[in-house]
Amino acid sequence: MMDSEKNSTVHEIPTDLFGDTILTTRVQDVINWGRKNSLWPMPYGTACCAIEFMGVVSAAFDISRFGAELVRFSPRQSDLLLVMGTINYKQAPVLKKIYEQMCEPKWVVAVGACASSGGFYNNYSVLQGIDEVVPVDVYVPGCPPRPEQVLDAIVKLQKKIDPKSFVDGLG
Amino acid sequence: MVLAKIFMTLVAQHFKNTLGPAVLKTEERQGQEILTVSPEHLRAVVTSLKVELGFNLLLDIVAIDWQSHVQPRFEVDYLFYKIEGAKRVTLKVPVADGEDPQLNSITDIFSSADWAEREVFDMMGIRFHGHPNLKRLLLWTDFIGHPLRKDYPIQKRQPIPVLDDIV
Repeated sequence: MMDSEKNSTVHEIPTDLFGDTILTTRVQDVINWGRKNSLWPMPYGTACCAIEFMGVVSAAFDISRFGAELVRFSPRQSDLLLVMGTINYKQAPVLKKIYEQMCEPKWVVAVGACASSGGFYNNYSVLQGIDEVVPVDVYVPGCPPRPEQVLDAIVKLQKKIDPKSFVDGLG
Repeated sequence: MVLAKIFMTLVAQHFKNTLGPAVLKTEERQGQEILTVSPEHLRAVVTSLKVELGFNLLLDIVAIDWQSHVQPRFEVDYLFYKIEGAKRVTLKVPVADGEDPQLNSITDIFSSADWAEREVFDMMGIRFHGHPNLKRLLLWTDFIGHPLRKDYPIQKRQPIPVLDDIV
């Protein structure tokens, strides 16, 4: 062995030092993984869909299985706006303001027929779908929807937040 | 029931005696007396109902758009209640036809008529003379038209309002 090689400070990383306790990934993937598994919903409930949401949160259906159980009643603390119920024209600017008060990144789910399209209220007073004032990520049909449908919407939203983590049905 | 009947004929009789031409028609439906009153005599009849006959509660004011089925087109109904003895009387007032139907306000006799008349104005566009604050109650200020009129187009939408002061 030559002297020059002997004196140089080359450190080889030992491969067996940490064993399999470390895995490498990208920062973006870790953040997305955290975001999709800890959605903080802000319920904007105006009608019977909000009653159904109580069932979604409660033990039988248990929204916490999907990491979204921490319901906040302040838009500044939440990143998932669940609009559940009929939104009329006078309420539209209120809903818009609530949405604007939420911090980025934020997502919106229109739960039920009324929030999605106005439902059967085809008249002078009811907004024909909340997408007239706020951007919507997932629409849930039903009048009101079953709790499973709301959970399905959350899973769909998780797929939207982090599409790569869903491989062959493994969440 | 018999007592109620006697009482009701008394109401009709009272108006026949005191305000003869005011009551155009009296009818009885399901044990309730309904008086059709001419719009000029509305305030006199309401005052008399309250002061002399003791009807101390105005339950509601309802407006009806009969379109061309009945003349005149609009009708305003006043629902009164007497707490002592649980008596009810309904006043029907035909309102002169036209684009701008008008009627006298009874807010100084029954203060509960304030919001009720505002709602009728909001939805049906009937103006009440002498109302202290006749502006829209339920719809927003920039709304054009009166949506419960039968000729308001059901598909018509108006611009989304800006955030109003709630109070």
